[in-house]
Amino acid sequence: MEYFLALNPMALLRAWPGSIAQGLIWGIMALGVYITFRLLDFADLTVDGSIATGAAVSVMLIRGGMSPVATLPLAFLAGMAAGLVTGLLNTALGIPGILASILTQLSLYSINLVILGKANQPVSVDNYPLVASLRYVTAGSVSSRLLFFAGLTLFLLALVAILYWYFGTEIGHAIRATGCNPNMARAQGINTNFIKVLALMLSNGLVGLCGAFYAQFQGAADIQMGRGAIVIGLAAVIIGEVLLGKFAAKRKFAFAYTLLSVVLGSILYYMVYQFVLWLKMPSDYMKLFSACVVAVFLAIPYLREKNAQKKAQKKGVVQG
Amino acid sequence: MSKDSQYALEIRNLYKIFNRGTINEKIALNGVNLKLNPGDFVTIIGGNGAGKSTTLNAIAGVWPIDGGQIIIDGTDITGLAEHKRAPYLGRVFQDPMTGTAATMDIEENMAIAYRRGQHRGLRWGVTRSDRELFREKLKTLGLGLEDRMTSKVGLLSGGQRQAITLLMAALKQPKLLLLDEHTAALDPKTAAKVLEISDQIISENHLTAMMVTHNMKDAIAHGNRLVMMHEGKVIYDVSGEEKKNLHVKDLLAKFEEVSGGEFANDRMILA
Repeated sequence: MEYFLALNPMALLRAWPGSIAQGLIWGIMALGVYITFRLLDFADLTVDGSIATGAAVSVMLIRGGMSPVATLPLAFLAGMAAGLVTGLLNTALGIPGILASILTQLSLYSINLVILGKANQPVSVDNYPLVASLRYVTAGSVSSRLLFFAGLTLFLLALVAILYWYFGTEIGHAIRATGCNPNMARAQGINTNFIKVLALMLSNGLVGLCGAFYAQFQGAADIQMGRGAIVIGLAAVIIGEVLLGKFAAKRKFAFAYTLLSVVLGSILYYMVYQFVLWLKMPSDYMKLFSACVVAVFLAIPYLREKNAQKKAQKKGVVQG
Repeated sequence: MSKDSQYALEIRNLYKIFNRGTINEKIALNGVNLKLNPGDFVTIIGGNGAGKSTTLNAIAGVWPIDGGQIIIDGTDITGLAEHKRAPYLGRVFQDPMTGTAATMDIEENMAIAYRRGQHRGLRWGVTRSDRELFREKLKTLGLGLEDRMTSKVGLLSGGQRQAITLLMAALKQPKLLLLDEHTAALDPKTAAKVLEISDQIISENHLTAMMVTHNMKDAIAHGNRLVMMHEGKVIYDVSGEEKKNLHVKDLLAKFEEVSGGEFANDRMILA
């Protein structure tokens, strides 16, 4: 009873806007993860490194005097470079995808340290006109807060629109075909190796971009900030699919809805995350929590299918 | 530019050895020679491990060969990567899942095939004129698929998928159509329908084609030429009137002759 009395609903409501902003920002990354995990069918762990690379590039350039907005495309390019390395390790050198991405991830740890110069580099909203900051959510007038959310939401919508368009083009079709059926893709003259590298670059570019946003949002780039990032990205993708997949599939622009559901999955993830923290779960346990969320949501579709098969089998026996 | 060969397809002394240097070493192709005239429709038969599918895969470039030369319409493609020779080839596989992308729409699959051999850029994947063309082509199948162009291919039956794969294979007028036991995974009725569609597409587009089959009746009834393979070699090659007058028992006798007793096991499969 004492435990429940100690919980303050207002505290949760005050914290949620920050969670939503964080979810929107990680939505950029989740879109990147969707490209590799779902479209390319490639479990790409590069992202744990490339998100910090994007963050490091952005923060160091801001500290060096560059406009925070201008660092965003450069963070995107840095992420693309990471994706290129994983892609070449896999296609040109024949290293299995997961291992190739782990190698890149590990080497990025050193590279990120070199970029940052030390483990943590702050970038304060007091000194720089950052594109995103927790301050924009928690302080200032209501209208300025709403403006920030509107801007961020618009940015995500634009990103979804661009990806929707891109995956409807010839080259986008080639990426989807390569992920779905590489034999068919090659038989239709698609260079599946090139396509893999391209998709990995695009995906990690988005992850790098997310890193730039997130570093500014939290006011620092940290060498550890990418740890477990892939799990959060997967959580967003899978939560979006499990909760909204059926809804999206029936729509006219099904693919656009699927991409949106990924972003919504990311927001939901951070709202639940905040909720669990609010329930006084020690923050040390949060990585365990993230892993459990992904495990559960990955298991649901599998168990559902297995159960359905069992039922169908039973029925068959009775009828036969 | 002088051509290396006036044939639609010329295979010279093709060798392929699997698992070389291991206990499982297998000489899959042991000097295959074959010349196809433009418009030839060759059916290929032979027991298990005779090298039929291996020959088709060698032409398609699924893996590098260990010796020989493959020339399509005067162009030596022996050293080309699989995706680089795709413009010359239309391919239909035994497994209906292999020829199409299940998570993509019928029209998207066809659009991918329609860009075979072209640069794929940032133009829209399926244009309005593409769609009209695909609808016309799908109508010729008589399966009602022209009304389901935005359905995911994964929702279709094996026969429907093979029919679409056939259309896709012929969409860009390939120099050579490779049919690799493409009816083997279908029920007899569907298999007959898919064979009928194959004949139709080959004759309408005047294609040169190779069809691997386990079914001797089909091998006799379709095409203008029949090739029998055994232990990685072409051992029998008939065409024209001689082929038309063949009977299953003739082919069985031929098999017995080349393989001696060991063929008895294969007999049931082939009959």
